[in-house]
Amino acid sequence: MLKDVSFGQYYPVESFVHRLDPRTKLLFVIAYIAAIFLSKNFYGLAACAAVLFAAIGFAKIPLRKIVRSMKGVLFLVVFTAVINIFFYRSEGARILWEWKIFRITAEGLIFSGFLIARLFLLVICASLLTLTTTPVSLTDGVESLLTPLKWVRFPVHELALIMSIALRFIPILMDETDRIMNAQKARGADFETGGPIRRIRAIIPVIIPLLLSAFRRADELGDAMDARCYTGGKNRTKYKKLRFAAGDFAMFVLAAALIAGVVLMRIYLGAPV
Amino acid sequence: MRIRAEHLSYTYNADTPFAAHALHDVTLTIEEGEFFGIIGHTGSGKSTFVQHLNGLLRVPSSMKKYRRKKPKKGEIPPPEPVLQVGQFDLTDKKTDFRALRRSVGTVFQYPEYQLFAETVFEDVAFGYRNFAEKKPMEHETQEAVKEAIEMVGLNYGEVRGMSPFELSGGQKRRVAIAGVIVTRPAVLVLDEPAAGLDPLGKQEVMDLLHRIHREWCRTVVIVSHDMDEIAENCTHAAVFSDGEVKYVLPPRELFRHEKELLDMGLELPLVAKLCLSLERQGIAIDCDFTEEDFIRKVLALPRQMRIC
Ligand SMILES: Nc1ncnc2c1ncn2[C@@H]1O[C@H](COP(=O)(O)OP(=O)(O)OP(=O)(O)O)[C@@H](O)[C@H]1O
Ligand SMILES: [Mg+2]
Repeated sequence: MLKDVSFGQYYPVESFVHRLDPRTKLLFVIAYIAAIFLSKNFYGLAACAAVLFAAIGFAKIPLRKIVRSMKGVLFLVVFTAVINIFFYRSEGARILWEWKIFRITAEGLIFSGFLIARLFLLVICASLLTLTTTPVSLTDGVESLLTPLKWVRFPVHELALIMSIALRFIPILMDETDRIMNAQKARGADFETGGPIRRIRAIIPVIIPLLLSAFRRADELGDAMDARCYTGGKNRTKYKKLRFAAGDFAMFVLAAALIAGVVLMRIYLGAPV
Repeated sequence: MRIRAEHLSYTYNADTPFAAHALHDVTLTIEEGEFFGIIGHTGSGKSTFVQHLNGLLRVPSSMKKYRRKKPKKGEIPPPEPVLQVGQFDLTDKKTDFRALRRSVGTVFQYPEYQLFAETVFEDVAFGYRNFAEKKPMEHETQEAVKEAIEMVGLNYGEVRGMSPFELSGGQKRRVAIAGVIVTRPAVLVLDEPAAGLDPLGKQEVMDLLHRIHREWCRTVVIVSHDMDEIAENCTHAAVFSDGEVKYVLPPRELFRHEKELLDMGLELPLVAKLCLSLERQGIAIDCDFTEEDFIRKVLALPRQMRIC
């Protein structure tokens, strides 16, 4: 059950997308998000979707993984849709159905569809990044992109270290959670039935051992870093240097083209409603 | 309760790139009343197997998957997996797993890391209260907890109010075991019960398990990768290697397969090594591979033989 969290789960296959420089992927995701928000109509979103699905194809990620990441935000999507369908207000909207303060309009339906498509594209794009990039190279990418901030004394290296340790420990802590839950289930703990209060109480026998073990691990890691004379980022060199290759430049061109295309569609093709 | 497993296979993360075949066609019977050992090198599937015994891992119904696809011509259907623990059929989804877990107590590896309550008393009472049919009376709980804590050789009056985190490693492990046996399961399964303890601590834990076996739990199954532990304590032992069961034999017969065991990365216990090398010298010692028995038998040899 805990294994279903597809966020932050690297999917190891050999592909063009996997090989891209993490900085390229990060910048591309930022450009992509900008493109999604610059799109004002379905044409723009369709262009974004086409790029995204091409990327999924190139990355050799099974659709099952993508669908799973969409399930994660299903609640948010339904919530947004409901609010927008019932409360969309605009001058001259065609009313399909009305009851007290609730009103369904054709424009409201179209607008909700637009928001939902936007949300899904955002989520899929983010999980494609984590599916194709290992946490370690992702952190490397972030650190490298944030390097200019060192000029204003921002602790870039420390931030990257915190991030990579956190990412590294997520799977370990998930395994640990599974193990502790199993042990408590063997003692008759029941995590699946009962009202909300009972369920929260049922978590206590899991949370306490989990916190204890997280603290123990943190202590051990600190000692291990001390023992290896770790003193922070100054004068450290990298084992793997990041380098842009031809594919990375192609991606920059693609990102620029996508944004330009979306902006043009926004100007010449108008809003969805 | 008798435990019977046939054609049991298990794959972690099936249908993903992370798939790990942990068990392959395991067939094994553990009779009621045994002190059963499961031995194998690291990653051989021991823990995976014992987690099946109380339904924490479910038997995947390979047959259903098979029936969904149309069988190709000449293809032999995979054998139906069987997992029967006493009256419970674990391949059946409708089995009462709560009742099963009350009858099959499981102590995991390093059980001291799952203690959580404020006091030793509360921690041991956790399982008892969970498994009770209706809310137990306070004096019943107290009685059961007291007996369990005394069973594992701790002083009830002394430790009941202490925080489990104040105890020593060995004491914590005892408390954890008490927390499982408090419901008096018919089968007690322990994954590496003596791991990480010093030799004396190990011996104490094994003595404790024998006492539990005599007085409370008819069947005890221990997982171990220490041959000495298995030789000294078990009535039968199953050898796991790469997810398969290679042998199920009483320890004394198992050690005849010295070469095969070495190939599987398992070392014979010292006493067995001595016996076998004496046997090669033409001195057969028919002992049950415990140190005590070995010494007695060697001392009982005719004098001339002992000198050479
Ligand atoms: N939660 C899990 N997810 C994925 N693979 C697993 C998981 N647990 C175990 N495995 C894999 O299954 C195989 C068998 O593991 P198992 O824990 O049963 O071995 P073991 O015999 O208990 O080893 P040890 O002596 O180290 O405890 C190993 O190859 C292991 O990598
Ligand atoms: Mg194990």
